[in-house]
Amino acid sequence: MIEGSGCAFAAVRPCFHCGESCRDERFVSGEKTFCCAGCLAVFELLTENGLDDFYSLDDAAGVKVKPAAPANFFRCLDDPGVRPRLVDYSDEQITRVTLRLPAMHCIACVWLLENLFRLKPGIGPSEVNFPRKEVSVSFETGRVKLSELAALLASLGYEPDLKLSDMDGPRSKPSRRLWLQLGVAGFAFGNIMLLSVSGYLGLDAENGSALRRLFGAVSFLLAVPALLYSAADYWRAAWTSLRQRRVTIEVPIAVGILALFAQSAAEVVTGRGSGYFDSLTGLIFFLLCGKWFQQKTFERLAFDRDYKSFFPLWVTRKEGGVEAAVALSQVRVGDRLVLRNGELIPADALLVEGQAVIDYSFVTGESEPVEKAAGDYLYAGGRQAGNAIEVETLKPVSQSYLTSLWNQQVFHKNKGRTLDSLTNLYSKRFTRIVIGVAVASAVFWSFRDAGRALKSFASVLIVACPCALALAAPFALGSAQRIAGRRRIFLRNPSVVETLARVDTIVFDKTGTLSAAGAEEVTFQGPPLTGAEEGLVYAMARHSTHPYSARIAQALAGRNGAGPVRSFLETPGCGIEGSVDGNEIWMGAAAWLESRGVAVPAPPGAGGGMVHLAINGKYRGTYALINAVRPEMERLLPGLSRHYKLALLSGDREKERERFAALLGPSAEMRFHQSPVEKLAFIRDQQQSGRAVMMIGDGLNDAGALQQSDLGVAVVESIHAFSPASDVILAAAALPKLDALLRFAKGSVRVVRASFVISAVYNVVGISFAARGVLSPVICAILMPLSSVSVVAFACGATALLARRAGLGGAEEAEP
Amino acid sequence: MIVIFFLIPLSVVIAAVFLIAFIWAVRSGQYEDTGTPALRLLTEEPRSKRETNAPKENKDT
Repeated sequence: MIEGSGCAFAAVRPCFHCGESCRDERFVSGEKTFCCAGCLAVFELLTENGLDDFYSLDDAAGVKVKPAAPANFFRCLDDPGVRPRLVDYSDEQITRVTLRLPAMHCIACVWLLENLFRLKPGIGPSEVNFPRKEVSVSFETGRVKLSELAALLASLGYEPDLKLSDMDGPRSKPSRRLWLQLGVAGFAFGNIMLLSVSGYLGLDAENGSALRRLFGAVSFLLAVPALLYSAADYWRAAWTSLRQRRVTIEVPIAVGILALFAQSAAEVVTGRGSGYFDSLTGLIFFLLCGKWFQQKTFERLAFDRDYKSFFPLWVTRKEGGVEAAVALSQVRVGDRLVLRNGELIPADALLVEGQAVIDYSFVTGESEPVEKAAGDYLYAGGRQAGNAIEVETLKPVSQSYLTSLWNQQVFHKNKGRTLDSLTNLYSKRFTRIVIGVAVASAVFWSFRDAGRALKSFASVLIVACPCALALAAPFALGSAQRIAGRRRIFLRNPSVVETLARVDTIVFDKTGTLSAAGAEEVTFQGPPLTGAEEGLVYAMARHSTHPYSARIAQALAGRNGAGPVRSFLETPGCGIEGSVDGNEIWMGAAAWLESRGVAVPAPPGAGGGMVHLAINGKYRGTYALINAVRPEMERLLPGLSRHYKLALLSGDREKERERFAALLGPSAEMRFHQSPVEKLAFIRDQQQSGRAVMMIGDGLNDAGALQQSDLGVAVVESIHAFSPASDVILAAAALPKLDALLRFAKGSVRVVRASFVISAVYNVVGISFAARGVLSPVICAILMPLSSVSVVAFACGATALLARRAGLGGAEEAEP
Repeated sequence: MIVIFFLIPLSVVIAAVFLIAFIWAVRSGQYEDTGTPALRLLTEEPRSKRETNAPKENKDT
């Protein structure tokens, strides 16, 4: 494929646009050199439109432009069945669309994308969201087509990332509501506090009741919006749980707020005092702060991705000899599709024409590409590597092998985990005790001093309002989530920490978790090669993009010295051939070499990939590529097996059973040849025998098991890469920290329990005042913030301390 | 001290102005993307530099 020539230039100059080295001298403008026609075109376009500032913002800021897509490539975006589902807003004058551009990477990109309007008339203002790598563009509906906008972006190197999931409508925007509620509550709290200080210090004696009435009235007016707007979610949640006859934490909170407001309003109206509006609004404010802290999510990560975010939006369909892009949703059974290098098989199909080499690594985790011949059945989810093939779809997209996994029951039911299960458990007991005490004190006072009965009843409810209790879990678990995030362990939400602490069984998927893809051990079997021979092999392997060649080249890195490769030829599924320094080198499959008259001895028993080498027509030896166990796992697994039940599920053949048996310990269960559905069933069996299962996997084939398990952990090499829906996204580099994470989660849950005890102590103190009927605004004003702040400080501090002891503390780790 | 009856409501009104400013800021999306504006700030530089420092003969080339 590649005509081997090596680099002919004395000094390779970087491309002025993208910074890659220029292999060709043809693309020059003035003194500037470019690596390809695409980069040169972008440079000229930018210069013509006065956008050459782009290059002064950052050196070689551009994105290498891929070969131009066919003119009609994006045309199906204008399809009436597709367009309305992609745009955010559209009327006759203006359209607004948000597109994901993964190529965006620097300041200059932001600037260029926000100056798009200077490149094409009809395009309006555009706004970049850099952390999400998105751009929102407005354009005139009549003058610019959506496909033209996409083509313009692609021609600049920022090809929009459009996936089938985008058809489900625009992604929901993060909530502004909580910010507004927090703002209103803070506003009310701050102002009422200022007015109340005079009351605490007894300064209103001079002007007497007139001033107190004014302060009371102003406080009342300020508190009403906080009560109605900021606390609205608590009313709703309390009402819902009452209707379902459950006691959640919101019930005592709502009762407490209501009692506090009723009593304060009564005091202000009757002129007996200025009420407890400071405590009331402070309480709402603190509660909302806890909610805000808890709601912090990792915006760049998507925990809910399903196969739709993996499938393309459109495919190339061939009809009557003419190729046209067509939306995937419109593909019917029997359609003839054309798949080019790197494209995905969207539905189960029959190979009609061409040599298929399908890379199923994404679905199965196996890195070995599979060869198929015309007439073979192709499962959806694989990627074609090599030349274009033609296939005929046999099943609709929604019923293909890969997607059928998502039709399993488990993907449709809500997991039904309450967010604060721990908190709710405690609040149930707590509420009963509080109501008991309130009634008892009311009964007690009604015999002695009937006037005090109502007041003490209300006071108990007020003081017992479990503000500190409600704050303990969000802050302890929320800061645990943040600390883990700094170690590149991303938890879907804080309550995942609770689940982590409950887990007693850990199930591993082999590929991608225990062994790293693309890190096979390369060993040479046969008489050792001389240095010169290794140089020949290195030169050859470097020319091929096949994963095996890449691994061999990596293992031989630095064996330069051989001359350029002549007449290099790669036959997909067979091998590579070429001549180096007059030697004819063949490397590839045994059958292929044998068909050329080379006797290849039967390979020794080791599993994994084999690359046979023949020099000048003579068999020389075999490179064996064996999946290497991640070295850190050899340390981690024996430690884990002491505390957890371990299991291994693999879609792979059984060839490495003994190796893993030694690692996982004698009690571990190991299953090979597992289909995605079997994996799911295994997890379900474990759960039915009462175990809390954590599943660690990486491929789409684990998606069912991850969903079924109590806690699904997706291991990813890069956090921006696709990961199946899961509760935890774990960077592969953070895998050795798994045991530390589990210990840390257990510790964090203990911190929450300890916080409950602290808040209970405050409540006992407060209730003892209240039950005696002597609760004054000052005690209330001191006790309420003191309890909240100290619980929050304890929860955050103790969690940070635990993290340091577990070895998870410290500064943020940058992504390599 | 009677002035306090005037000053207190006034102070609340002024505080309300800030609350409205906050609501406007949230509504206009300023709390959603806190990363990009920091980058955007840096890109203002070259344009202003060119306007003030660019030598005139450059326009002919």
